[in-house]
Amino acid sequence: MSKFIPVLIAVLAGWVMMIAYFSPRLLSSRQLAEEWYTIVATIAMLFGGANLCLHHLKKISDREAGWGFSAVTLIAFTVTVVVGLLKVGVVPESVKSLNRPWSGQFQQEGSAFWWMYEYLFSPIVATMFAMLAFYVASAAFRAFRAKNVEAVLLLVTALIVLVGQTKDREITSLFLPAPSDGTAPYVPIGDLTEFIRKTFVTAGQRAIMIGVALGVVATSLRILLGQDRTYLGGDE
Amino acid sequence: METVKEFPRLKQPSPGRRRRTFDRLPLRFLLLLGSLLATALTGLVATPVLTAQESVVETEETVEEVAEENPPAGQRLVDLPKIPFFFLTVGICTTVIVCTELARHGSPFYVRPIAGLRAIEEAVGRSTEMGRPMLFVPGIQDINEIDTVAGLTVLSSVAKVAAEYDTPLEVPTTRALVMTAAREAVQGAALAAGRPDYFNEEHVYYVTDEQFGYVASVCGWMYREKPAACFYLGKFYAESLILAETGNAVGAIQIAGTAETAQLPFFVAACDYTLLGEELFAASAYLSGEPAQLGMLKGQDFGKLAAIVLIVVGSLLATWDSISPRPMEGTDSAAHRRTYWITDLILKGG
Repeated sequence: MSKFIPVLIAVLAGWVMMIAYFSPRLLSSRQLAEEWYTIVATIAMLFGGANLCLHHLKKISDREAGWGFSAVTLIAFTVTVVVGLLKVGVVPESVKSLNRPWSGQFQQEGSAFWWMYEYLFSPIVATMFAMLAFYVASAAFRAFRAKNVEAVLLLVTALIVLVGQTKDREITSLFLPAPSDGTAPYVPIGDLTEFIRKTFVTAGQRAIMIGVALGVVATSLRILLGQDRTYLGGDE
Repeated sequence: METVKEFPRLKQPSPGRRRRTFDRLPLRFLLLLGSLLATALTGLVATPVLTAQESVVETEETVEEVAEENPPAGQRLVDLPKIPFFFLTVGICTTVIVCTELARHGSPFYVRPIAGLRAIEEAVGRSTEMGRPMLFVPGIQDINEIDTVAGLTVLSSVAKVAAEYDTPLEVPTTRALVMTAAREAVQGAALAAGRPDYFNEEHVYYVTDEQFGYVASVCGWMYREKPAACFYLGKFYAESLILAETGNAVGAIQIAGTAETAQLPFFVAACDYTLLGEELFAASAYLSGEPAQLGMLKGQDFGKLAAIVLIVVGSLLATWDSISPRPMEGTDSAAHRRTYWITDLILKGG
């Protein structure tokens, strides 16, 4: 029964979502299912928060490797939750609600929560994202080694695309002699890049996307027919 | 020594159990052709209907008459432009179900080897030998994403092998619902392996919903614990390369898989094995080796055949439209309608 009910809910919700795509009369049922999903996900978030605290408290208690990071995580979590829930620094939205100090939005500009987001969280996330450039460089260095014919083709294509992305005629035509009419020499490397991206890359991506779409259909069908229960721990 | 699992292939059915009617090859093609024909006919029939509706709107009829022809979206029983797509969906689903039934009744289906999935046991064995843990990342999206569900099915298989070898498996998640499902999957796998004591819920935990906060946590764990094998299977975005490069830096054997075409090159560049798109969804069928699931893979192949037919027909129609003479007034609506039912009604789902 502990497996049957969740599977039944998943199957019913799945069928409703699918049929509602073709029948507008079932749109309200679809919206209802989506609302229930939001409710379940919100409740699960509470479990997630509790799990986060327990997990890191245990790490601190056991003095596991990296327990200091767990302490930082817990402090940051507690401060964020307290500042957000208590609406620290939030002012009432209008003069009429001066007697209701909590009437403002918790992410209001100038509030403590907003300050933490703008000056602590955003820079950290931006730093992480910026590091991606270095990871791309190191991955490209390994991937673009001319080991065989296919690798050489990949390397040449990648170089064309990279140079073509610069959009700078002075770079792409650096070593070419200037034409007699005095204009800058033109190398159609930008056009070649567009041709590679629109023709070969798009064709390859579409082939993968067709396979993905069919895979999604088959996997969804397995779930809708109740055959795939691995997300519930299987049939054990 | 060969450590990879033998490629699953269905056994030949005993002659007594074989359903000769379904085993005949032409019947399968007839089924496919039937679904294709239905799709094509519906598309051809639907186009004049839709065109007629457009012309009704263009003429000077009263608002009431137009409203009678086109009731509000919420009152319509069926969304007419989506009918061809509906038949295409039904056709593919029917083919998948028929193939599943054929497989259940013993029809042998060949499924090509997938290197990334064959390497799972090798990766677990390597972790066991090195005495280091493994990492499994089921993507950064919630359980409503089908990629995440596909990732969890692979987690189940990985956890089963890990339980047999008694190798620690760490599963950090970005969503609480995924954490719950992942715990169920690992617990079920441990039970299936006959090692219920293997499951420790502290190894399957929630980190944060925030993309880069999650990446920072997982990468920090990887640098500290130095896992011997890393699995990234699910929905990934910009964090894919950060995770894969960190795994590469700590010397882990890496198996990745995602349906996000933009992230596939990163995984291919940084990981040892990559499941490309559909291979992620085929993973559970491949790993389980169950006839029903392998039959579904074969059904997908028929779907691909349908896609090829539609592409070829659409290309021919579009080519014919481009070279055929057009009216001087300039609108190419007449030519456009010839490919309308393929490009808009079927492929774009109406």
